[in-house]
Amino acid sequence: MAAPQPINVEDLNIYYGDFMAVEGVDVQIRPRSVTALIGPSGCGKSTFLRTLNRMHEVIPGAYAKGKVEINGEDIYDPRVDPVNVRRRVGMVFQKANPFPTMSIRDNVLAGVKLNNRRISKKAAEELLERSLKGANLWNEVKDRLDKPGMGLSGGQQQRLCIARTIAVSPEVVLMDEPCSALDPISTLAIEDLIHELKEEYTIVIVTHNMQQASRVSDRTGFFNIAGTGQPGHLIEVDDTDTMFTNPTNKQTEDYISGRFG
Amino acid sequence: MSSPTTVDIAPTMRSKEERRLPWYHLVVTGLAGLLVAIALLAIFDALSIPGAILLGFVFHLLFGYTYSRIREGRRWAMERLMTLVVIGAFAIAMFPLLSLLWEVVGRGLVRVVAAAPTPFAFWTTDMSGIIGGADAGGVVHATIGTLLITLWASIISIPIGLFTAIFLVEYADVGWRKVLGKGVTFLVDVMTGIPSIVAGLFGLALFIAFMPDQSVRMGIMGAVALSLLMIPTVVRSSEEMLRLVPMDLREAAYALGVPKWLTIVKVVLRTAIAGLTTGVTLAIARVIGETAPLLLTVGMVTSVNWNMFDGRMSTLPTFINQQYRAGSANCMSDTVTNPINQEVYACSISTNIDRAWAAAFTLIVIVMVLNIVARMVSHYFSPKLSR
Repeated sequence: MAAPQPINVEDLNIYYGDFMAVEGVDVQIRPRSVTALIGPSGCGKSTFLRTLNRMHEVIPGAYAKGKVEINGEDIYDPRVDPVNVRRRVGMVFQKANPFPTMSIRDNVLAGVKLNNRRISKKAAEELLERSLKGANLWNEVKDRLDKPGMGLSGGQQQRLCIARTIAVSPEVVLMDEPCSALDPISTLAIEDLIHELKEEYTIVIVTHNMQQASRVSDRTGFFNIAGTGQPGHLIEVDDTDTMFTNPTNKQTEDYISGRFG
Repeated sequence: MSSPTTVDIAPTMRSKEERRLPWYHLVVTGLAGLLVAIALLAIFDALSIPGAILLGFVFHLLFGYTYSRIREGRRWAMERLMTLVVIGAFAIAMFPLLSLLWEVVGRGLVRVVAAAPTPFAFWTTDMSGIIGGADAGGVVHATIGTLLITLWASIISIPIGLFTAIFLVEYADVGWRKVLGKGVTFLVDVMTGIPSIVAGLFGLALFIAFMPDQSVRMGIMGAVALSLLMIPTVVRSSEEMLRLVPMDLREAAYALGVPKWLTIVKVVLRTAIAGLTTGVTLAIARVIGETAPLLLTVGMVTSVNWNMFDGRMSTLPTFINQQYRAGSANCMSDTVTNPINQEVYACSISTNIDRAWAAAFTLIVIVMVLNIVARMVSHYFSPKLSR
């Protein structure tokens, strides 16, 4: 495998129908590191995150214009199949969403099974164990792999979703407020997991929790919005330490120190 | 030292008058209501069991409320009144259903079990050669006709209906597809209101237009007419079921790199299968008892016809209609001879009516079995939430 390349976003404008939600994003996301996106509600950070694996356009009328280069390939090139992009860029959602009709085992192997890909029983078991261990869930569920995935606790469900995502071996993992519905213990489990995952994956995480951003991320981006009906902007990106101690932009400083608005 | 809680608790304690009375007080007011009702009806010389029960219930409401108002207070009295009204409404709603089942099972089952010449012969014989008041004959031809025509109507309607619903939910989101979706929804609504006789005429006209023989009658014509009634029901119920599947699950599948069509097949349809089955069963139950379109398109016949594309077929609803209209048989002598196989049957005046009830019972049994199968499918495939 070639050395991982950064994700290059150039002049990206994101729309919902006629409404421009995010304007002019230029950013370089470092490979095998954690980048956190913070900012007030409605500023477009989740929207931006969803453009990184072309999930944004799943919403009727939504589209994005600009350039997003992953591994040197522009994923918004008309020749690119979004399905292939999503196989390389996985996503974990705010609300844990295991497939309700599937067992824990099938949930982890969903990426394989739903795509009708043939896989030997042995390879499937290996993939299952590797993914669940990768999501720090193996010890908790190894004795009930055939039980429904919905029977797990909220935090376990979210780690099940992470296991499901890493089972398709993506290069990038996007996380959209993955801990916002979890208790502190489960949050800690996921944050520890993020630390381990960045050895192998490029991680972009959206969070409302600034302590979380400072705990888990190497770099932090701050999104802000001038007012209702206006597009959001990426104000500033920098190393997390710098962002939280000595931000360049006044808006960032106000937001981080709680003097916002 | 006075704790603040004692102050708060005192007013929430019920006073002695507001304590709830045990349930048997309701029996007393109920009996009193019934007695008053019987007395009143007797005075006006209009005594009957249903009248006594209905009027007795009304008096029970009145007495129960007044008594409870005095002994338990206003709030509990209102609670008792509303509980009784709700139970009463439920009983009134259940009454037609239960009495229908009672009547059909009573008349139909008895006839099926006691059918001449052997028990259950009603389900194994047809009507060929049965004339006059012959105490024989059965519905095997009509049952096969009903099952075949309903099966073909389902084969036509379920794919069309399901694919339409998938289009409406998954594809009619923006642009021209949204416009088309609105048009389709409107037409489906219009289709829901088509009277069944009109559907029958359509089926008839459609085939006559392409056939040299104007008097052509085939099972498939009936299936087409029924599918016209079935499609809107299937579309409507499936659409609602597919919309219930959370967007989360579709996105979860997309995020794993699953193409849209596979997401629909393996996630959306799979998650909604329990509801889809119920909807389809209801659509089948709606058309399986249709009479008018089948009278027009399929006609009647006395023996089994397995071929959907050639000749008339008999169905249970048309059989019921025909037998009941035939009314009491005219028994000239004690026996009737079958002109085909020369068998001799007893003559029974009520035989036609009996056959109608037994056929109605058969139809209900078929619908029941269908419902049970659908229940089992939904139970087996529904999302599992237990730990």
